[in-house]
Amino acid sequence: MTGTLSSARTVSFRDALREALHEEMEADESVILLGEDVGRYGGAYAVSRGLLERFGERRVIDTPMSEALIVGAALGAAMVGARPVAEIMYMDFVTLAMDNLVNQAAKVHYMFGGQFNAPLVVRVQQGTGRGAGSQHSQSLEGWFAHVPGLKVVAPSTPADAKGLLKAAIRDNDPVLFIEHKGLYPRKGAAAEVDHVVPLGVADVKRTGTDVTIVTWSNHVHIALEAAERLSADGVSVEVVDMRCLAPLDMTTVLDSAGSTRRVLVLHEACRTGGLGAEIAATVGEQLFGELAAPVRRLTAPDVVLPAHTELERTLIPDVEDVVLAVRDLLSS
Amino acid sequence: MTDSALGTRHIPTQGSEPELVQLLTPEGQRVEHPTYSLQISDDELRGLYRDLVLVRRVDAEATALQRQGELGIWASLLGQEAAQVGSGRAMAEDDYAFPTYREHGVAWCRGIDPLNLLGLFRGVNHGGWDPDEKNFHLYTIVIGAQTLHATGYAMGMQKDGAESAVIAYFGDGATSQGDVNEAFIYASVFNAPVVFFCQNNQWAISEPIEKQTRIPLYQRAMGFGFPGVRVDGNDVLAVLAVTRAALQKAREGSGPTLIEAYTYRMGAHTTSDDPTRYRLTHELESWKLKDPIERVKAYLVRTGKADQAYFDALEREADGLAAHVRRGCLEMPDPDPLSIFDHVYAERHPLLEEEREQFAAYLETFDAVDAHDAGDR
Ligand SMILES: Cc1ncc(C[n+]2csc(CCOP(=O)(O)OP(=O)(O)O)c2C)c(N)n1
Ligand SMILES: [Mg+2]
Repeated sequence: MTGTLSSARTVSFRDALREALHEEMEADESVILLGEDVGRYGGAYAVSRGLLERFGERRVIDTPMSEALIVGAALGAAMVGARPVAEIMYMDFVTLAMDNLVNQAAKVHYMFGGQFNAPLVVRVQQGTGRGAGSQHSQSLEGWFAHVPGLKVVAPSTPADAKGLLKAAIRDNDPVLFIEHKGLYPRKGAAAEVDHVVPLGVADVKRTGTDVTIVTWSNHVHIALEAAERLSADGVSVEVVDMRCLAPLDMTTVLDSAGSTRRVLVLHEACRTGGLGAEIAATVGEQLFGELAAPVRRLTAPDVVLPAHTELERTLIPDVEDVVLAVRDLLSS
Repeated sequence: MTDSALGTRHIPTQGSEPELVQLLTPEGQRVEHPTYSLQISDDELRGLYRDLVLVRRVDAEATALQRQGELGIWASLLGQEAAQVGSGRAMAEDDYAFPTYREHGVAWCRGIDPLNLLGLFRGVNHGGWDPDEKNFHLYTIVIGAQTLHATGYAMGMQKDGAESAVIAYFGDGATSQGDVNEAFIYASVFNAPVVFFCQNNQWAISEPIEKQTRIPLYQRAMGFGFPGVRVDGNDVLAVLAVTRAALQKAREGSGPTLIEAYTYRMGAHTTSDDPTRYRLTHELESWKLKDPIERVKAYLVRTGKADQAYFDALEREADGLAAHVRRGCLEMPDPDPLSIFDHVYAERHPLLEEEREQFAAYLETFDAVDAHDAGDR
C-alpha cells in the first residue's frame, strides 16, 4: 500500500469514491465519466454528485439509456487515449453490455497484438439488502473474474474504495469496479490524495490464529463482526479481504490458511460456480495435507433473489451464520 | 436546485413542433381530426372518466402506502392516466399487452385487481394474475426487453392465424436500447401484428428527452419501414382512437405502428427519486394545465353529460377502492420462505432439492430459538 490514511477524518464509502474520481479528474484531463444519470443527477447512488458542475458536460456525460452504448463508447474512447469511467446503474444490467465488456474490452490488448490498451473502468453497483428484487440484487463478480483480460475489484472500506478506484483508473487494463449497495453510507478512515492501493493485493483486515475467513466487499464487515463475537469465546479469527477478485492474491490466502489450517470462504453470491469454489480449490490443491479440516464455503443458495426483504435477509449469510460456520469448522 | 441552475431545455423538434393528434383540448373542447374520428356514447365517455379517476386514486393510495413503509417501492403513473386508459380500452378482448413497471392503468383496463400490483411492489408475490386469462403480461423491469417479447408473441399469434394484436409499452428512455430498435426491425421485416406504444413522459429518471433523441420519436418509425404517429397522450379520446386504429391495422395484417403518446411524468420516477433535484418547477406547472382528467371533466360538465350526483358517486366509489387497496395490502400474507425454491426451475433439480432441505433445517433452528425465547418469558 502506498499513501496516507487520515487519522482525524472519516468519510463515507460514497464520498471516498467521489474523492477518487474528483482527484483523478483534476490530475488527468483524459479521465471522463459517462453513464445514465451520472451528470445532473449525480448518479443513482450519488457517487458523482457535483462532478458535472466542476468538470462540465464534456467530461461528465449523461448518455442515452443503453448499457451497450456506455461500455462500447467507453472502450472506443479508451483505445484512443481517454481514461473513461463508465457507470452501470445495477450490475444486473451489465448483461446488456456483455459483448463490449467480455468479447471486446477484455480482448483488445491480446487481439491487437499489444498495440492497443483498453484502460477503462466500469463501475457497477450490486448486492442485496434493499429488497430490490431478482433483477436488481445479483452478485455476478464470479462471471467476470472468469474472463481473461478483465480485472475485477470489490472493496469493502472507504479507504480501499478510494485507493483502488484510483489504481483502476490509472491501470491500462479494463477493470470492473464493484460497489455493494449496502456500503455507500458506511463510514471509515479517509484516505489522502496520494493513497493508491495496487490491484491484486489482498488485505488482512484482522489477524487471528484459529480460523481464516476469506471474503470481500460487504461481507468483510459481517466477517469482522463475527470475529469479534467469537473472540469473546476465545476463538481467534483472521479475516482476509480479497479486495481484488482478478487477479486473485492467493499468496495472502495461502499464507493465512497455512497458519490457521482452517478456512471458511464467505460470499454473498450464490454458491455454484462462484468465486468461493476457485479459492477453495486452490487452497485444497496447495495445502491438502496441512489443513485440519476441509475448506468450507458459506454462500447464498442457488436461488433467484426475492423482493421480500426479510426473506432476502434470511438467504444471505449473516453474522450468526458465520459464527456457527466457524464453530462447525473448529469442531471438525 | 434552482430553476436557473438547471438551464434551458431543448426539446427535440424538426422544423416546427409536429402536430399531435388531439380530439379533446386541454380546455375540454371536442375537436375533429381528419384521420382519426371517434364515435363515443355518453356512457362510454363517463366510463373512461371513471377509469381515469379510479386509477389515479389507486396510484395515490399506493404512493401513500409506500411512504408508510408498506411497499418497497412504487412507480407512479401520475399524469399518464389518459395514455394508459385510452390505449388499454382500445384493446379487444383477445389482444395482448406487454407492460413496463408503470402500466397500472392498463392493468386496470384488463380487469386486474390493483392489489395484484401491490403484491409485487410489496415483495410478497409475483403479481399473481393469470396473463393468459387477462391478456396482460407480467411487468418487465429491465428496460426495453418486453418489446422483443411482444414481437415474438405477435409473430406466434400470426403463425397461429389468430386475428388479434399485441401492444408493447415502453418509455422514451427505452427507445435508446438496442432491444427496442431490434424489435422494430424484426416486427417490420415480418409484418408482425404489434403496436409499439411509447409513452414519452419527457423523462428517463433524471435525463430529459433530448438526451435520447434529436428528432421526435414517432418519426423514427419511418426509418424502420412502418408508420409512426404522435398523439396527445393526455387526451384519452385521441389515444383511444389512434390505438384502436393501429391495433385494427395490425389485426388486418398490415403490420406494426409506433405510437408516441406525448405526455408528462407528473411525479417522481419512483418513490426513491426526488425530481426537484433535476427539473424545473415551471415545466411541471405548465403540464398541470394539460391534466388528462380535468379536461374530460370540463367536457362532461359543460355538455351536461354528467351531473354533480355522478361525480359524488364516483368520489365514493374511489374512496371504497382506496380502502380496498389499503386493507388488502396490509392483510397480504408474507411468502413461505421455502417457496423461494419452488420456481427456480420448472423441472426437478437435485442440487436445489438438497439446498431446499438444508434451508428447511436452517429455518427450523429459528423456530427452536423462538420456542426457547417464548419459554423464557
Ligand atoms: C436495462 C436497464 N437499464 C437501466 C435501468 C434503470 N432504469 C429504470 S427506469 C429507467 C428510466 C426509464 O425511462 P423511460 O424508458 O423513459 O420510462 P419511464 O420510467 O419514464 O416510464 C432506468 C434508467 C433498467 N431498469 N434497465
Ligand atoms: Mg420516460
